[in-house]
Amino acid sequence: MLDEILTATFITGLLAAAVRMATPILLTALGEIYTELSGILNIGIEGTMLAGCLAGFIGTYYTGSIFCGILWGIITGGLMGLIMGILSITLQANQVACGIILNLLSLGMTSFIFRVVFGVTILPPNIKTLTPLPLPIINKIPFVGQILFQQNLMVYITFLLVLLSSFLIFKTGWGLKIRAVGEYPLAADTMGINVYNIRYICVIAGGMLAGMGGTFLAMDLGMFVDNMIAGRGFIALASVIFGRWKPHGVMAGALIFGLADAFQLRLQALGYNFPHEVLLMLPYVLTIIILTGILGKSHAPAALTQPYIKEK
Amino acid sequence: MLLEMKNITKHFSGIKANDGIDLCLRKGEIHSLLGENGAGKTTLMNILYGLYEPDQGEIYFKEKPVKIKSPKEAIKLGIGMVHQHFMLIPAFSVLENIVLGSCSFLSFLKLKEIRKKIQDMINIYGFEVELDVPVWQLSVGEQQRIEILKTLYYGAQLLILDEPTAVLTPKETEDFFLIIKSLVHKGHSIIFITHKLKEVMSISHRVTVLRGGKKIETIYTSKTNEFELARLMVGRGITLESKKPSSIGNTVIEVKNLYALDDRNLNILKDINLKIREGEIFGIAGVDGNGQKELAEVITGMRKATGGKIIINNLNVTNLNPGEISMKRVAHIPEDRKNTGAIMNFTIGENAILGHPDFFKDFFLNYTKVKEFSDSLIKNYAIKTAGSNSPAWSLSGGNLQKLIIGRELSEKPLFIVAVHPTRGLDLGAIEYIHKMLIKECEKGVAILLISTDLNEILMLSDTVGVIYKGQIIDQFPAKETSVERIGLLMAGVM
Amino acid sequence: MFKNLIKKLSTEFDKNKYFIFIKLCIVIMAFLIAFLLTSICITAAGANPFEVFISIIKGAFGSPERMTEILVKATPLIFAGLGIAIAFKGGFWNIGAEGQIYLGAIAATIVGVKINLSPFILIPAVIISGFLAGGLWALIPGLLKVRFGINEIILTMMMNYIAIHTASYISHGPFRDPDGSLPQTAELFKGACLPVIINKTRLHAGILLAIFLCLLCYLIFKKTLLGYKIKAVGANPRSAFYGGINVFNTMIITIFISGGLAGLAGMGEVCGIHYRLLDGISPGYGYTAIVVALLARLHALWILLAAVLFASLDIGAGFMQRTTGIPSSIVCIIEALIVICILGSEILERKLMRKKVEK
Repeated sequence: MLDEILTATFITGLLAAAVRMATPILLTALGEIYTELSGILNIGIEGTMLAGCLAGFIGTYYTGSIFCGILWGIITGGLMGLIMGILSITLQANQVACGIILNLLSLGMTSFIFRVVFGVTILPPNIKTLTPLPLPIINKIPFVGQILFQQNLMVYITFLLVLLSSFLIFKTGWGLKIRAVGEYPLAADTMGINVYNIRYICVIAGGMLAGMGGTFLAMDLGMFVDNMIAGRGFIALASVIFGRWKPHGVMAGALIFGLADAFQLRLQALGYNFPHEVLLMLPYVLTIIILTGILGKSHAPAALTQPYIKEK
Repeated sequence: MLLEMKNITKHFSGIKANDGIDLCLRKGEIHSLLGENGAGKTTLMNILYGLYEPDQGEIYFKEKPVKIKSPKEAIKLGIGMVHQHFMLIPAFSVLENIVLGSCSFLSFLKLKEIRKKIQDMINIYGFEVELDVPVWQLSVGEQQRIEILKTLYYGAQLLILDEPTAVLTPKETEDFFLIIKSLVHKGHSIIFITHKLKEVMSISHRVTVLRGGKKIETIYTSKTNEFELARLMVGRGITLESKKPSSIGNTVIEVKNLYALDDRNLNILKDINLKIREGEIFGIAGVDGNGQKELAEVITGMRKATGGKIIINNLNVTNLNPGEISMKRVAHIPEDRKNTGAIMNFTIGENAILGHPDFFKDFFLNYTKVKEFSDSLIKNYAIKTAGSNSPAWSLSGGNLQKLIIGRELSEKPLFIVAVHPTRGLDLGAIEYIHKMLIKECEKGVAILLISTDLNEILMLSDTVGVIYKGQIIDQFPAKETSVERIGLLMAGVM
Repeated sequence: MFKNLIKKLSTEFDKNKYFIFIKLCIVIMAFLIAFLLTSICITAAGANPFEVFISIIKGAFGSPERMTEILVKATPLIFAGLGIAIAFKGGFWNIGAEGQIYLGAIAATIVGVKINLSPFILIPAVIISGFLAGGLWALIPGLLKVRFGINEIILTMMMNYIAIHTASYISHGPFRDPDGSLPQTAELFKGACLPVIINKTRLHAGILLAIFLCLLCYLIFKKTLLGYKIKAVGANPRSAFYGGINVFNTMIITIFISGGLAGLAGMGEVCGIHYRLLDGISPGYGYTAIVVALLARLHALWILLAAVLFASLDIGAGFMQRTTGIPSSIVCIIEALIVICILGSEILERKLMRKKVEK
């Protein structure tokens, strides 16, 4: 068994797949970083991804343009974020409850809309998938090139977004304001920062990125089925904790989840009698271990899940 | 005239917090805003700073009418405020805290310039501040300086200081006054909110006295004295009844060599020793944060002692949990009535039995009896409420405190720990609570009274102990001392 | 006009009646808004909303068999909903009911497949093992939360996946039915199966247990000190500690009961319906139950109603899809919208209550 796994083709193929499978999780998790840093825990990103997934699919199906599809997905994700924002910021409802309801709503909505739009067909509708876009020259680097630089455009954009987010959160004034709102909203308010606006912006931006993550899945597989996110939104939540609210850490988390997923798929394909469930469980166990703080303490935003109530 | 506020009125859920208040401030003036807790000082200033919108009234800044809708607009006008609870983000560095309000997307490009600007200001005003330390590592005095620096950085010409000395020792207060004076020399104006008469007399040019949401008077400090101010602030001569010396019996509680840690795991109590006898009120005076809160918590079982012994009626109760200690007939009137003494989302009835041994012994809980009991509390303690089924959040502060005290006293205690029992209450409630405590004491109950209000301590206590940096540095009969002596001791001056 | 009405009511009613009235109004409004929005969806899909709603009702209550199916569907929702409500009341955000259901199912399966005894011993055994497994599984995040203060929301969520994969491993691996082709365990011994209470239906004794536990939970909160303690710890642990309540023990008991009740849902599915463990034995009951508990405002008796409502919507939806061609997922939308409206109006409710109190 080992000699089949320890070949260069297997490993490069595996790692390339891991990067691809990590992408939707990473996009969503990046969005969730903004949301959580501003003080909102959005469990509804699972549903947001699903909504983005369907919107991206329909958008591409009807316009024929992948770009339009992505745009639809992003807009839909933003709308889901807006709903979460209205419920948790303006109406001060419990964030955990809102997130869970949002997931249920999205599950029903997507399934409903998909059937209404496409009817019950024998052959499921298809869209064209994202084509790999090997980057000139560097894709020829042995090993690394195959893994990293023969991916599709959205993968590249996602990893650029990691760099951008790192910069935005830790180097710019906007990032400082976002973190201030999530740490001590009253203090931010007295400094003239509009807490509600920042939270709305963050939760909507988080929704947009999650919508984009969902769209990626639809375009990667070229189809849509009910509940096709299958928990990837929750994995994104886990990656945020795994990465301790830092884009680079979150990237590492998403890659580990992607790798575990890719590995178990390949093992199953090879037909080994290895309990692939163990592999599937691994990332969750890892997240729990990280949560326990055995590997060092992390600082969650102090005002996470607390609505900001202003007396007027 | 730098600032004029005219006829400011503000309601909070039916209560007039500010009722037609006028206030004017000249350039370069230190103007005290004097009043008791709940007189409307902070509300007025929050209106000026744009945190609240007034229901009525006009504000003129530099002779121009202004509408201040948010702190942002206040800052733009040149108004800065240092809140009683500091508005600093503990996880951020000093520099980050200062630039927070002004940072734009690209401000990181100019960070060097900004740093230099702040450093220059630090030098001009003579503050000692390091810019890259996270705020949570700083002392209270340092944090306050950063707050002031912050307002100056935003170009504040008018600084509002809300009870700035409440958390400072007398020495720190002196330093703080020097800073204020130097600010005034550089042309800033200051509104200084306080309820301490001495400070008003020593620092300000003029003083406006508020009472019950109304302006009583504005006078030059040079033309008045502490007694007049006290009369204006309280509205009548201080009529609060002092306790008569009572007959003192056997020792009820003894604390020996007590040590404990605070929330940050630092040693806060160091070798505390005290003894309280039947019919004795032992008052502990001290500046907030010197360990009095932790002392009360350790005695009532809410915090673990790391060393020493607590003996109540010859029983060692050290490190028992609060339930077990309350079974030894110890009552606890906690500092934080909303977050410790009561459960705000519970009904009054449910709160009336919280920790009550009569109700906490069986598996079943008879809600009919709960109602009977809470109705009797409502009646006996004159708690103003619609009924025992109303939620606790519907009670006013004074009535909530009466409920807590009523519950604790109904357990027929031998020993009462009362922490800031009258903080933030109106005079009527204070009077009532003082009477209740004195009555208990006359029955032979031992009472540990912790308060930052020196008058309260002197009026009620038989014995006064002063706590400083986690130690009781001196104790003596209340009759044999003066406010001045205690004041010095509170600052650690022996 | 509406304002005047409120004003009038708030002055005429005594306070408690007014509070109940407000709550009732909000629930009715939530249902109306939810149905209105759903009607728009249905109209957009080209059907008549009234026909669709009537068809759902017909589908749910049209025949005695379907009505028993409602109760079959409601059973796991009641168990898990109760568990979640207790946890939420006690201040533990248990998102892990789904995993606890799976653990309950696993434990019941193992006992039922391995031990062959008379039902009088075996049925209590599967019930207890299901409860214990769910409870202990909940105690893992529970202890981490209570002892080390780790956020339980993500923790319980992660535990769900571990549980689901464990169940999948068990039905694929060591306990796989050697005679079957499907990835599922062997059938339970007859003694471990819950008796069917109405012949020729799938309605099993689990529903009786569920109703009994509902009443029990109601009484715990209405009549016992334990209920008071759970609520106190949930509302404010510091005040509870001050009041002499052992916060640690109370939390642990709450979490154990919560997980145990969810575990019973899994046991019911295995021993009452499938008689074996198979992949995806819970189609997200653990998550739906959260919505049920929220709709019921965490109140034990209302959970009964909310679970039956959700189950009848589910059963009616299948029928409706066949007759009208509108996708059955429309009921999912109705359910979500109702609860969204209720969550969103809590702030309004607080405001109205405050107004009354201040008078």
